[in-house]
Amino acid sequence: MLWIEQLLNGLQYSLMLFLFAAGLTLVFGIMNLVNLAHGSLYMLGAYAAAALTTYSGSYVMGLLGALLFMGAFGAVLEIVLIRRLYRQDHLTQVLATFALILIFNESVRIVWGVQPLPYDMPAALSGSVPIVGDLRYSAYRLALIVAGVVVALLLYWMVARTRVGMWVRAGASNREMVQMMGVNVRWLFTAIFALGAALSGLAGAALAPLMSVQVGMGEEVLILAFVIVVVGGVGSVRGAFIAALLVGMVDSLGRAWLPGLLGTVLPPAIVSDLGPALASMSVYLLMIVVLAFRPMGLFSPGATSLWPKWLRVRPSPMLAGSAPGSASS
Amino acid sequence: MKRITRWALSLMACASLATAGATELRIGVMTTLSGAQAVSGVDMRDGIELAVKQLSGKVGGQPTRLIVADDQFNPGAAKQIAERLVKKDKVQVLTGIIYSNILLAAAPVALENGNIYLSSNAGPSQYAGAQCDSGFFSVSWQNDAVHEAAGKYAQDKDYKRVILVAPNYPAGRDATTGFKRFFKGEVVEELYPKLGQLDFAVEIARLREQKPDAVYFFLPGGMGINFTKQYRAAGIPDKTSLLTSQFSADQDTFAASGDAMIGVYNTGHWSTDTDNAPSREFVAGFEKAYGRLPSFYASQGYDAIMMIDAAVRAAGGNADDPVALRKALAESKFKSVRGKFSLGPNRFPVQDFFVRVVSRDSKGRLYNKTESLVLSNHADAYGAACTQK
Amino acid sequence: MKRGVIAALLVGFGLAALPVLLAAAGQEFYLGLLTRVMIYALAATSLNLLLGYGGMVSFGHAAFLGIGGYVVAIAAQHGVGSAWVAWPLALSVVALMGAVMGAISLRTQGVHFLMITLALSQMFYYAFVSLRSYGGDDGLSMTRRSSFGWEAWWPTVGDMGFYYLALVLLALALLLVHRLIPSRFGSVLVGVRENEARMSTIGFPVYRYKLVAFVIAAVLCGLAGVLNVELNRFVSPSVMHWSQSGMLMVMVIIGGLGRPWAGVVGAAAFLGLEEVLSHYTERWQLPLGILLLSLVLARVAGWKLPGGSRKEPQHV
Repeated sequence: MLWIEQLLNGLQYSLMLFLFAAGLTLVFGIMNLVNLAHGSLYMLGAYAAAALTTYSGSYVMGLLGALLFMGAFGAVLEIVLIRRLYRQDHLTQVLATFALILIFNESVRIVWGVQPLPYDMPAALSGSVPIVGDLRYSAYRLALIVAGVVVALLLYWMVARTRVGMWVRAGASNREMVQMMGVNVRWLFTAIFALGAALSGLAGAALAPLMSVQVGMGEEVLILAFVIVVVGGVGSVRGAFIAALLVGMVDSLGRAWLPGLLGTVLPPAIVSDLGPALASMSVYLLMIVVLAFRPMGLFSPGATSLWPKWLRVRPSPMLAGSAPGSASS
Repeated sequence: MKRITRWALSLMACASLATAGATELRIGVMTTLSGAQAVSGVDMRDGIELAVKQLSGKVGGQPTRLIVADDQFNPGAAKQIAERLVKKDKVQVLTGIIYSNILLAAAPVALENGNIYLSSNAGPSQYAGAQCDSGFFSVSWQNDAVHEAAGKYAQDKDYKRVILVAPNYPAGRDATTGFKRFFKGEVVEELYPKLGQLDFAVEIARLREQKPDAVYFFLPGGMGINFTKQYRAAGIPDKTSLLTSQFSADQDTFAASGDAMIGVYNTGHWSTDTDNAPSREFVAGFEKAYGRLPSFYASQGYDAIMMIDAAVRAAGGNADDPVALRKALAESKFKSVRGKFSLGPNRFPVQDFFVRVVSRDSKGRLYNKTESLVLSNHADAYGAACTQK
Repeated sequence: MKRGVIAALLVGFGLAALPVLLAAAGQEFYLGLLTRVMIYALAATSLNLLLGYGGMVSFGHAAFLGIGGYVVAIAAQHGVGSAWVAWPLALSVVALMGAVMGAISLRTQGVHFLMITLALSQMFYYAFVSLRSYGGDDGLSMTRRSSFGWEAWWPTVGDMGFYYLALVLLALALLLVHRLIPSRFGSVLVGVRENEARMSTIGFPVYRYKLVAFVIAAVLCGLAGVLNVELNRFVSPSVMHWSQSGMLMVMVIIGGLGRPWAGVVGAAAFLGLEEVLSHYTERWQLPLGILLLSLVLARVAGWKLPGGSRKEPQHV
C-alpha cells in the first residue's frame, strides 16, 4: 500500500512540475530566452488565487481569475519588457530577469506583507478518498493529478494538432520564413509567453493550499524547472513532460525510499547523513547522467525518437523539439 | 539578501535624563520577522513591545532603547545582524531569537563581547550543559522540556507504539531525545524532514503504513500548520492519536490551522487560561493592544522584559555593570505570567508543565484548555554538566 | 595606464589609513564591513576573469566560496589552528574541485554550461547541508581565527590586523589578474570568448585554456571563501547557494563586465548600496531591482555607460 501512495505522491509532484516547466521550455526553446523570473510568475499566480478566493469567497472563481490574470500579466510583461531581450545574450537576459525577481518579491511584500496568505483547500476536496483496500488518499492531491493530466493532454493537442501549434513549432525553427509566410511572429511570441505565465501561475495556485503562499516560493522550484527543461531538451513539450516525470519521481521516491534502502547495507549513523544528502542530490545526478549521454537533452532537435518504433506515440520528428540549433557562447 | 528592520523605537524618557546614574538601557531584539516562520517572531516582538509600553518605556526605571531586527531565518544573516546590534548599537542585552540554529550562530557574538543573552525561546542543550556561559540566561525553557512532558503524558496514557516527527535541526533532535527520556514504550520510527519543508506527503504516507497508537510531532510555525492540514486531509484513522507540543498548538497556529486542531492534546507551560494576576494583566493588555489572543511566544517575550526590569532595578539602575546585572538576573525575583518560576544553577528555568486540549472559548475562539499537571518543578537534564556558575 | 596606477595607489593608501581613522572615531564596526567588501571584491574579480574575460557564464561560482570556507572550518574543528596548514589545504581542495567541475562542465556550452555549473554547485550545497556532523544547514563556527604565528608584529587574529591581511591579499590578486590579462594566456582567453571556432581552427587547445582559467578563478574565489570564514568565524551552506552566484554576477556586471576593476567597483557599489538602502528602508531590494533593470535596458538601447564597454556577442 505504501508504494501506491508514494507513487501517487510522485505523480502529483511531477505533474505540477510539468505545468511549471512547460512554459519555461516553450519560452526558452522558441524565443531563446532565459527567464529567471518564471518562478515569480508561479508566486504571483498563488497570490492572485489566494487574494481572489478570499475576495470572492469561491475557490473556483479564485483559480479561474488567477489564470486569466496571469495570462494578461504575462502578455503585458512581454510587450513592455521581455521582447526587448530576445536578441540579447543570455547574460543580459539573466541579469534583467534577476532584477525582475527582486522587484516582484519586494512588490508582493509591500502589497501583502511578510506573513504567508491564508489559502485553504476547497471544503469539497479537503477530505480523503478510498483508493485500494484501506488506503485513503487526499482528495485534493488526486484532483491535482487529474488536472495535471488534463492540461498536459490539452497542451499536447495544441502543439501537435492545431494550426497555432504548427506556427509555434515553425516559428522556432525559422522565424524569418514564418514571418514571410504571413504569420505575425510578434503576437505569437506574446501569446506563448502569456501561455507560459498562465501555466506557471496555475501551478502556483494549485499547489498553494498544500504549501504556503509566501514571498520567494518560486525560487525553490525554479531550479527544478531549469533541470527539467535541460534534461527534456530545450523547446520540447514532450521532453518537459518526460523529464518532469523523471525528476518528480526521482525526488519523491528518493526522499521516501533512499534512506530505507541505504539502511539495509549501511550502519544507521551513516545513513542518517547520507540518505537525505543523496535524496536531494539525486535530481542533479540524474541531470548530469542524462547530459553525459545526450548533451542536448532527451528530446533535442536532430535526435531521432527516444522510443523504439513500437512505443512511439507519433512518428513526427517535428514534435521532438524544434529549438534552433543555437550557436551560443 | 540582507534585510535589517531598523525600528529604533526610541522610548526615551524625557525629564529624568538629567538624574545622575541614569544609564541608557539598550535591548536588542532579534527575531524571525519574515517568511513562513514569521508568525512566532511577530508575536514575540509584540509581547516585548507590550511589556516595554506597560513599563512606560522605562525598563528597570532607565531610559530604554529597543532595537528590533529581523534574523531572516538565516543563521549567517543573523550572525551579521548580531554583530551590528552588539558592536555598533552597543546593546547590553540581546534577546528574542526563536529558533535554535539561529541562536547557536548569533548568541556567541553577544557572549564573547561580555554582554548578556537572555533567551526568550530557544534553549539548546549545549547552553544548559557543557557549553553554558555566565552571560547566557533563559526565561523560557530548555528545548527538551516540553517534549519530556509529552513523553511523560504518552507514558501515562499507556501508548504502546509511537512515531515521532521533528525537523532535522538541533531543537528537533532535542525534541525526540526529550520525549524518549520519559516515554518507555516503543518508538516505531523517527522522521526528520528538512527544517522549513512544507509538503509532508512522503512522511504522512509512512505514518499511515505503520499504524501507530500515537504520532507526536514537533513542527514549529508554518511547518506544523501545513502538517496538520495535510494530515487531516489524508484521512488517517482516529485510532492514531495526534499529540503535539505548544509549538504547533497555540495562538500563532490556530488561525491558520483552524478546526483541524480541535481535540488535539499538547503540552506546554503557559496558556491564556493560566490563572494569576500578571497573566491576566498580560492577556488583557495584549488583546487591547493587538486585537488578538497572545501565544506563549508573546508571553515569553513579555516575561523577558519583566525579568530584565526586575534585574536592572536590583542592580541599582546601572545597566552598564555586567557583573551586577548577571547576579541580579540569576536571582530572578520578578513575577512571571506562569506563576511559579525560578532559575536553576545553570541559569535555566525550573517550572511546571501541563497537558492541554485545544478547545473553543465562550467567544468561539480557539485556545488551550489546561487539563492537568504533568511535570512539577521540572529542571532540565543538562545542568550537572554546567561548570560555569 | 599610468593614471590608473596612480589612482590605484591613492585608493590603496586610503584603505590602509582607514582603520586607524575608524578606530579613532570609535566606529570599529565599519572595519568588519569594509573587510567584507574586500572579500567580495576578490570573489567578484575571480568571476570577472571567468565571465568577463573568458565569456564562461557560470552560475555555480559561489560553490568555491563555500568549499574554501568549509575546509578551513572543518580543519579548525579537528584542531588545526595554524593558517599555514589550513589555508593551503583549503586552496588545494578548491583547485581540485575546480578542476573536476571544469572538466565536467566545459564540455558543454551556452545554457547547458550554465545549468551544469548551477547543478554542480547545488550538489555541493546539498552535500554540506546534509553533513550534520559539520553543522549541516546551521553552519559551522570557528572558536578562533587561524593563526599565522606572527601575532607579535601582525595580529591577524584581531580585526584590524585581519583587515590589512585581506587588503594585501586583494592587492596581490588584482596584480595577478592585471598581469594575466594582457599576457599571452589572457589574449587567447579573450580570443576564445570572441570566436571559439576560429581559435580552435588556428590550433589553440581551447578546452585546456578554458579549464586553466576556470581553475584559476576557482582558486581565487576559494581564497575569498577562506578569508570569509576567518572574518565571520562562521560558514554555512547558504554561502554557496545559486542565489549567491547570481549576486556575484550582478556585482561584476555593475562594476563593468570585462574591465580590470569590475570586481572591486561592483562589490563596493553593491554592498555599499545595500548598506545605505537598508538604513532608509527594509524594502531595499525594490530600488536595487529597478536600478539593475534600468542598467540593462540602457545597455540594450545602446547607451554608453561608464561600466561595461565590452561588445556583447549577438544572438539571434
